[in-house]
Amino acid sequence: MRPPVAPTGWSRWLVPPAALSVHLSIGQAYAWSVFKPPLESAMHLSGTESALPFQLGIVMLGLSAAFGGTLVERNGPRWAMTVALICFSSGFLLSALGAATGQFWLIVFGYGFVGGIGLGIGYISPVSTLIKWFPDRPGMATGIAIMGFGGGALIASPWSAQMLESFGADSSGIALAFLVHGLAYAVFMSLGVLLVRVPRTEGAPRAGVPAPLEGVQVSARSAVRTPQFWCLWLVLCMNVTAGIGILEKAAPMITDFFKDSGTPVSVSAAAGFVALLSAANMAGRIGWSSASDLVGRKNVYRLYLGVGAVMYLLIARFGDSSKPLFIGCALVILSFYGGGFATVPAYLKDLFGTYQVGAIHGRLLTAWSTAGVLGPLIVNRVADSQEEAGKHGQDLYGLSFTIMIGLLVVGFVANELIRPVHARHHIPAPREATDDAAAERRQSA
Amino acid sequence: MTQPQSAGSPPSRRALTLFAWLWVGVPLVYGLYELVQKARQLFTG
Repeated sequence: MRPPVAPTGWSRWLVPPAALSVHLSIGQAYAWSVFKPPLESAMHLSGTESALPFQLGIVMLGLSAAFGGTLVERNGPRWAMTVALICFSSGFLLSALGAATGQFWLIVFGYGFVGGIGLGIGYISPVSTLIKWFPDRPGMATGIAIMGFGGGALIASPWSAQMLESFGADSSGIALAFLVHGLAYAVFMSLGVLLVRVPRTEGAPRAGVPAPLEGVQVSARSAVRTPQFWCLWLVLCMNVTAGIGILEKAAPMITDFFKDSGTPVSVSAAAGFVALLSAANMAGRIGWSSASDLVGRKNVYRLYLGVGAVMYLLIARFGDSSKPLFIGCALVILSFYGGGFATVPAYLKDLFGTYQVGAIHGRLLTAWSTAGVLGPLIVNRVADSQEEAGKHGQDLYGLSFTIMIGLLVVGFVANELIRPVHARHHIPAPREATDDAAAERRQSA
Repeated sequence: MTQPQSAGSPPSRRALTLFAWLWVGVPLVYGLYELVQKARQLFTG
C-alpha cells in the first residue's frame, strides 16, 4: 500500500483526530479487568487464567511494535491503521465466538494474540506521521495521540460495564458484548484509516516550520547500535517501572498508609484515588510532552526522574502523616509516568531524525514490556516478604520505594549520558542535495 | 508542507476537521465525566 500523500489544502489538524481514533480504541486494553469477573464465573476460570488474554495482548504489543516498526515505516500510516483495525476488531470477534462456544483458548488467541498485534501496530502507526506534520511541536503532537491510549480505558471501562449489565454476565452476554466491541471499534477506527495522510515533502516549508527531513537522520538498524538508544531504553524502562510501582498497588497502598490514622481510607475512596491517578497519567501525557517542546527533552526527563525520586522520598518519609502530601506526590509520579511515554517519540526524533522514527520507537517499546514485568514483580514480592516478616501499614512499602528511588537515579544518570548521535551512524544525504551543496561551494569559491 | 487553516482553506475541510474532532472528543468527554464521578469518591467516600 502506498502511503497516502496529503492533497493541497489538507489541514495538519486532521491528523491528530485520526491518530486519536486508533489510540482511544486500542487503549481499551487497560479496561480488560471489566471482563475478568464475568469470564471467571461464566467459564469457571481462576484470576490468573482470566488475565491471560490481557497479558498475551501486552506481550504481543511489545513484539509487534518492535518487529513491525520497519513495515509500518515502509507501508505508511494508512496500512498500519488498517492492520490495527483488522487485528483489533477480529480479536474481539474471535473472542465473541470463543465466549459463545465456551472455548476460552479462542478468547486468549483472539484478544491476546490477534488483538495484541493490533495494539502494537496501532500504537506506533501515527507516531512518525505526527512528527512529520508537526516538526515544530513534536512533543505536543505525539502527546495528543499517546494521551488517547490512556483515555481509551476511561471510555471502555464504564461502557463495557454498562454493556455487560444490559446483556448479562453469562456466556451469551459476554459474547454479545465482545461482538459489539469488535464492530464498534472497527467503525470508530475507520476514521483514522480514512483521514490519515503523510505530508507533501516537495515545495517550500511553512514559515517558521522546518522541513521534515532536515538535520540528523539515522535508520532503525543503525539506531539500535548506538549507546543513545540503549541509554534512552534504560530511561524509559526506569521511569515506567517507577510509575508502575504506584499504579500496581494504588488502592491497597493508600488504605495501608492511613489504616492506623484518625481518618482511614474506605474502599470507595481508594477507588476514587485510582481514578485520580488515571487522570494524572493522562494529563501528564499531553501536559509534560507539550512542555518538552519548550524546555527540551533532556530537561523534561531530568524532571521526571529527579523530581520523581524526590516524590518517592517524600512519600516514604512523611506520606503517612499527611493525606494531601501522599496524594499529591502520587499524582506527580503518575503524571511523570504518562509524560515519559508521550515524550519519548519526540526525544527519538531529536536524536535520530524523522527518517525511521516510528520503527525506532517500536523497538524502544521493549523497555515498556520489561518494565511491565519488573515493576509489579518488585512491588508485589517486596510487599509479600515484608508481610511475612510481620510488618504492616506503611512499612510494607518502604523497601520497594527505596528500590524505586534507586531505579530513578539509574535512569537519571542514563539520561545525562545521552549525547548527539555520532556522524558515522547518519544516513548519507540524498545525492542531489550533496551535488547542490557542492555546486554552491564551487560557485562561492 | 503544511497548509495553515487560513481564510483560503476550503470550507469543507473546516467542517471535516470539526467532525473529526467531535468524533474523538465526544467519547473522550464521556470517559472523563465517568472518571470525575469516580474520583469524587476519594473526597466523599
